[in-house]
Amino acid sequence: MSVLARVGRAALALAEFIGSSSALIASATGYLVRGHANARRTVAQMSAVGTDSLPIAVVTLIFAGMVLGLHTAHEMVRFGGASFVGGMVAVSVARELGPTLTGIVVAARVGSAMAAELGSMKITEQVDALRALAVSPVQYLVVPRLLACAVMLPVLTVFADVAGTWGAYLVATAAGVGPFEYLRSARQFTDLTDFFGGLGKTVVFGVIIAIVACQQGLATRGGATGVGYATTRSVVISIMLIYIANYLLSALIFRVFG
Amino acid sequence: MITLENIEYQVGSRPILDGIDLSVDAGKIVGVMGQSGSGKTTLLRLVVGLVRPTAGRILIDGVDTTRLSEPDLNRVRRHMGLVFQFSALFDSMTVADNVAFALREHHLVAPHQVPEAVAQRLRSVGLEGVDNMMPAELSGGMQKRVGIARALAMEPSIMLYDEPTAGLDSVAATSVEDLIVRLRDRLGVTSLVVSHDIVSLARIADEIAVLESGRIQFRGTPDEVSAATLPVVRKFVAGRLLPARGGPSSAGVERAEQ
Repeated sequence: MSVLARVGRAALALAEFIGSSSALIASATGYLVRGHANARRTVAQMSAVGTDSLPIAVVTLIFAGMVLGLHTAHEMVRFGGASFVGGMVAVSVARELGPTLTGIVVAARVGSAMAAELGSMKITEQVDALRALAVSPVQYLVVPRLLACAVMLPVLTVFADVAGTWGAYLVATAAGVGPFEYLRSARQFTDLTDFFGGLGKTVVFGVIIAIVACQQGLATRGGATGVGYATTRSVVISIMLIYIANYLLSALIFRVFG
Repeated sequence: MITLENIEYQVGSRPILDGIDLSVDAGKIVGVMGQSGSGKTTLLRLVVGLVRPTAGRILIDGVDTTRLSEPDLNRVRRHMGLVFQFSALFDSMTVADNVAFALREHHLVAPHQVPEAVAQRLRSVGLEGVDNMMPAELSGGMQKRVGIARALAMEPSIMLYDEPTAGLDSVAATSVEDLIVRLRDRLGVTSLVVSHDIVSLARIADEIAVLESGRIQFRGTPDEVSAATLPVVRKFVAGRLLPARGGPSSAGVERAEQ
């Protein structure tokens, strides 16, 4: 296949992905606006996204915070800037580390499971069975997942922020930063924009994870191999989009409004 | 009543159906016979609106469904039941939840009446004591009957069957055939059955249409099909039908010794 053909095929695939994802968002939003969200299914999805992801999100952020503490505390203490460590860590975790790492963890753990489940349903005609029974797959499958991700990702991030700040605290205090000094600095350098700006980003990350996973799952073709591809693509696309959205949202929230 | 007018369906540039005219009168069973890959399943998917025709009209009880929006189509689908070739049962739900699915989603019965409604639908297909089993724990014949019970949940006036006896032993196949006939005789259900099994269709159908090269090549009663001299019909019939001898089947044709 020529280079031009490859580029053309990739462009078509991208256009198809953007088109079907946009249609999925529009359709799911329509059901949400009309209040057609099943509470029982949404709560079940919230459990999968939130409660079940909490341990891995917390562990990830504890160690990420510890690494952050490791790199900042020793240097800052050496140059007499111990009173800045808490603030630097808290701002970094609230604005970037907490939201982004939580998004990546959920994309890998939950997004992949969603894509695999919907992909499996698609290739075994269960999605067609839903439609034949006059039930919209978007309303039944996508809306609860979208709602669960958009609501639970910020909740998870609150715990992740606390875990990250605490992980850095452990290392920083061991490196010579005073406990009260750390906490006072964290309090002094952060404001509500840092905290809620970070949480606001995760709402978008949640939408990205759910829509990409559902779009890839519902577009699955080609049996078990197709389910595998859909699952992998779902994680890769979600993480890439989270990185891109994170930059754009950070620029908007913390530079324009911050 | 189901009416297909000059239906064409293409995948890319490949024509699957090329000008299908077919009608099924209310309370009748029409069988569509054709080789694997002849477009039989596509025909059913078109009727239930899972795919849209490239050209032509499909009328369900006088309503042209080809240009209906998905929500409007769902209103029509609530009068139809589709039995999938591979059952397409929801594999994460029990048998009871599969059968109760449409009842719950469309609030067709009060929640406390659902168990009795499910038991009644399962009894009507000759299944009892399987309510709490998962689809994977059932035999192929039982899965097929659960699929029929699920399709019957909405008490449809139109039933569509995709290879209802494929892969079943002769006892299970006869039981499914008798059920299809009983639904017509007792409830006046209009049925479209696609199959490559001429013996099965001859037992149950009021009329049989032969699908070949994307077109209906012949249509007639089972006896007319049996007596037809057209080569396209003979290749299906040759050696597969026994002379009519009366008996339980309305077609007067018996399942040939396998």
